[in-house]
Amino acid sequence: MKMKSNIAVSDSGFIFNPDTGESFTVNPIGGLIINQLKEGRETQEISRLIRDKYNVQFATFEKDFDDFIGLLRNYSLIENG
Amino acid sequence: MADHKRKLTIAVSGLNAIDSPGPGVAVIRALREAESFDVRIIGLAYESLEPGIFMHDLVDRTYQIPYPSAGIDAVFERIDYIHSREKLDVIIPNFDAELYPFIRLEKRLKEMNIHMCLPTMEQFEERHKVNLNEFGTRYNLKVPKSTVVHELSSVYSLPSEFKYPVVVKGKYYDASICYNMEQIKTQFNKITAKWGLPIIIQEFVHGSEFNVTGLGDGKGNTISAIPMRKQYITEKGKAWGGISISDKRMLELTHSFISQTKWKGGFELELMKDKNGEFYLLEINPRMPAWIYLSVGVGQNIPEALVRLALGEDVKPFAEYRVGKMFVRFAWDMIVDMEEFQTISTMGEL
Repeated sequence: MKMKSNIAVSDSGFIFNPDTGESFTVNPIGGLIINQLKEGRETQEISRLIRDKYNVQFATFEKDFDDFIGLLRNYSLIENG
Repeated sequence: MADHKRKLTIAVSGLNAIDSPGPGVAVIRALREAESFDVRIIGLAYESLEPGIFMHDLVDRTYQIPYPSAGIDAVFERIDYIHSREKLDVIIPNFDAELYPFIRLEKRLKEMNIHMCLPTMEQFEERHKVNLNEFGTRYNLKVPKSTVVHELSSVYSLPSEFKYPVVVKGKYYDASICYNMEQIKTQFNKITAKWGLPIIIQEFVHGSEFNVTGLGDGKGNTISAIPMRKQYITEKGKAWGGISISDKRMLELTHSFISQTKWKGGFELELMKDKNGEFYLLEINPRMPAWIYLSVGVGQNIPEALVRLALGEDVKPFAEYRVGKMFVRFAWDMIVDMEEFQTISTMGEL
């Protein structure tokens, strides 16, 4: 799973899809996940990174993480799958 | 190096920068920023309250011209008079309805050394919304189902493949979404009273609105193509804000349209992307759109290239454009002296 290479993400969490003209904003955790995906990190790696950084239970994080990835997929921001 | 740009006198119509704006003012702004020439702009107006008439930093002088319904001879006579005063090099008509007389007059005006860059009459007619079904079939472009209605009684026998809502469209302008027969009848009467017959009833495609503006050289080459997503849409369906995008399928669709039709001149493709990501071609406007100034913003000055094509110059296709450039339209009140309004109203010139 990888973010589309042409998706632009600013430091402030503004996302622009140049193919569709759609734009979105995400909070800092969302921005962190997206940047990790852009760098080609696997979901397990990202999961570990976030759980190390924030005090969150595995089950809670996995559910929110899946929801977030589902949103990215729904908005065609992810390259495959 | 000294600036030795040639100066062209260009007449431009569509000065009605109103809530459903004509493209004239945007075209003029682009021409004023042309790199290959300087301009003297002659405005061509139909009504004495078209805002562009009073924009003296953009328009040097304005003349009222007769509506196309007055006939080709009346239009020619007025252009002949304006030419005798202003020595026009180029005319850029910006309304669908006036293209018919100007295409017919193209040869006569060229003999007077007035140049235009227009589609042929065949191109103008075949892309007409009345003929959109055939156009889609001929050029393998996906279009919504539509039917042409010449009398009110025909709407009662609409083909069964039409499901509500449908879009009711005027021959030249106006479109409205209708959810039942009563609404269709109301719109039929409203639109025919204003624009005449026929009207078009079109399948409504749910989705997001996209547009492409571009320029064809008449030989099948795309000189320019800029895809845009509407971000802010007015009640009349006009883009009040938009952003340039890089969708490859929209560009391919545009190249396909130009190469197959050998389109000459500016145009706008109105597209709808449905939930499956399929693009439907809703309309082909045979002239530049009101948001044409975005073309300058992204690095492809379409009005400038169109003028050079009109003058018979060799214009190379633009190689790239900036993605993510936005336009945001705004309303602006000008203060106008009564004398100016009086002059354009009574003398037909300002």
